[in-house]
Amino acid sequence: MNLAVIGAGPAGLAAALAAADRGIRVRLVDSAAQPGGQFYRQPPHAFGARRPQELHHQWRAWQRLRDGLARHVEAGRITHLAEHHVWFVERQLEPSGFTVHALLGPEQAEPATVRADAVLIATGGYEKVLPFPGWTLPGVVTAGGAQAMLKGGLVLPGRTAVVAGTGPLLMPVAVGLAAAGADVAALVESAGPKGFARHAVTFAAHPAKLAEGASYAAELLRHRVPLLPHHTVVEAHGKDRVEAVTVAALDPAGRVEAGTERRIPCDTLAVGHGMLPHTDIAEALGCRIVGPGVAVDAEQRTDVPGVWAAGESTGIGGAALSLAEGHIAGRSAAARLRGREPDPRSWAAAAKSRTKARQFAAAVEAVYAPPAHWAELLRDDTLVCRCEEVPASAVREAVDELGATDARSVKLLTRAGMGWCQGRMCAAAVDGLTGCEATSARRPFARPVPLGVLARSGEDEPDLGPPG
Amino acid sequence: MDLVRARPGPAYTVTFDGRELPALPGQTVAAALWSAGVAAWRTTRGGGEPRGVFCGIGVCFDCLVTVNGRPNQRACLVPAAPGDEIRSQDGTGRSDTGEVR
Repeated sequence: MNLAVIGAGPAGLAAALAAADRGIRVRLVDSAAQPGGQFYRQPPHAFGARRPQELHHQWRAWQRLRDGLARHVEAGRITHLAEHHVWFVERQLEPSGFTVHALLGPEQAEPATVRADAVLIATGGYEKVLPFPGWTLPGVVTAGGAQAMLKGGLVLPGRTAVVAGTGPLLMPVAVGLAAAGADVAALVESAGPKGFARHAVTFAAHPAKLAEGASYAAELLRHRVPLLPHHTVVEAHGKDRVEAVTVAALDPAGRVEAGTERRIPCDTLAVGHGMLPHTDIAEALGCRIVGPGVAVDAEQRTDVPGVWAAGESTGIGGAALSLAEGHIAGRSAAARLRGREPDPRSWAAAAKSRTKARQFAAAVEAVYAPPAHWAELLRDDTLVCRCEEVPASAVREAVDELGATDARSVKLLTRAGMGWCQGRMCAAAVDGLTGCEATSARRPFARPVPLGVLARSGEDEPDLGPPG
Repeated sequence: MDLVRARPGPAYTVTFDGRELPALPGQTVAAALWSAGVAAWRTTRGGGEPRGVFCGIGVCFDCLVTVNGRPNQRACLVPAAPGDEIRSQDGTGRSDTGEVR
């Protein structure tokens, strides 16, 4: 029996190891050249980095995953299929099983398929960014993007950075940029201390997380990074690239407080407003989605037989939650692939971590919220959809004058979300401007597929080597 | 580089719009351009506005670039290689090979 694990971040690695430890043959299918996902993104081997841990935390957890993977790959229990960009997973009924369709290498023009008896989705998440005037200027990057370029390319976008938005990612990004030599002119966080006070009991139950936050705060202090809580970016200025940003304080209702605007010169703005799960593959398989993530049961099974999901694809919660979910999913899949009922008592420790991490994630989500009135900062000419260059005025017109009440109508009326990224960057903004609940996007494919590959699909493609 | 005590292999040369730039083994096209202080290498189809890296992980498609005559490559995903001809891209880009993509 074999299992295809899609994604080699914390959840996928934990799942692959848990299943392989129990004798299941695993194919770990991942788009990156090296395992680790975004959280444990590694510099390329060619850089010869002797202290890559300087850009990471929880390095020991990574070492365990990395060494465990190497051991199983050596023993032939796990095949690590790197640089495989999965665009679709096809479910077969006779004989039952799955075909994972991927595109190979950086050019993503040649196909590969992987057969599996069961599939475990660990596709992680990506960053949510809400628009503001100037957000399309070069030099404005997502906070996670700045971190990814730093971890994976050892490059900085500029000399002077402002880090802004909301969420627990901003502190490590600011610290990472500062440690790598950037002058971080400000960390602008829209959440305020009152939110933390309201969830003090939950936070107090997670001393390790508090210590982590405190150590970031100490690092910010050491690098003399001014922290501006309950502030937001009003506008990024510049012609060919960002030259400055205007930030302002927020009033208790989440509106910009008049007279508090100040201009900060910078050549880089790293901005993010939280994370969104990657659910395309699960949605195409017909898995139920609840809120933004894939719905799973206590064993991390989706409602489609033979499909498990773990990590950020089921909801944003951080690496520790991903590790716990991945471990449980891998053990459950291993038992069920052998036709056995798993015993949840055998993963009690992981289940306990999962419960705690989910409670913490819920409190984090409640505290870190974008300013309630962020949409009022959008000028009529502020682009909402970056790919199709749809301005806020067009979305407002679709809502106010043409009567659109959902994102799909706005899309049909304005083309917002119809471009290259298929709404991944603008969906949250369109939902907010339209005043509707976020709904699943139901994208047929998880990434663009060359027509030549689609034309040839169904022809015999070689299945990739052992283990099979 | 100092922070993680990297010892990258010797730099090699790529060109960006005909200008020679150094790149390090293992860098993506985007990382090589950032190292050279280049932040924008595309103009949009509608407004002709400059764009470069935004998401950095292959989701947003803002960093599209022409590499060795192939347009619409995501600079944040494509590794650079010695002798690569990287060109900025206007609008939908144009394939030098006549290939329709």
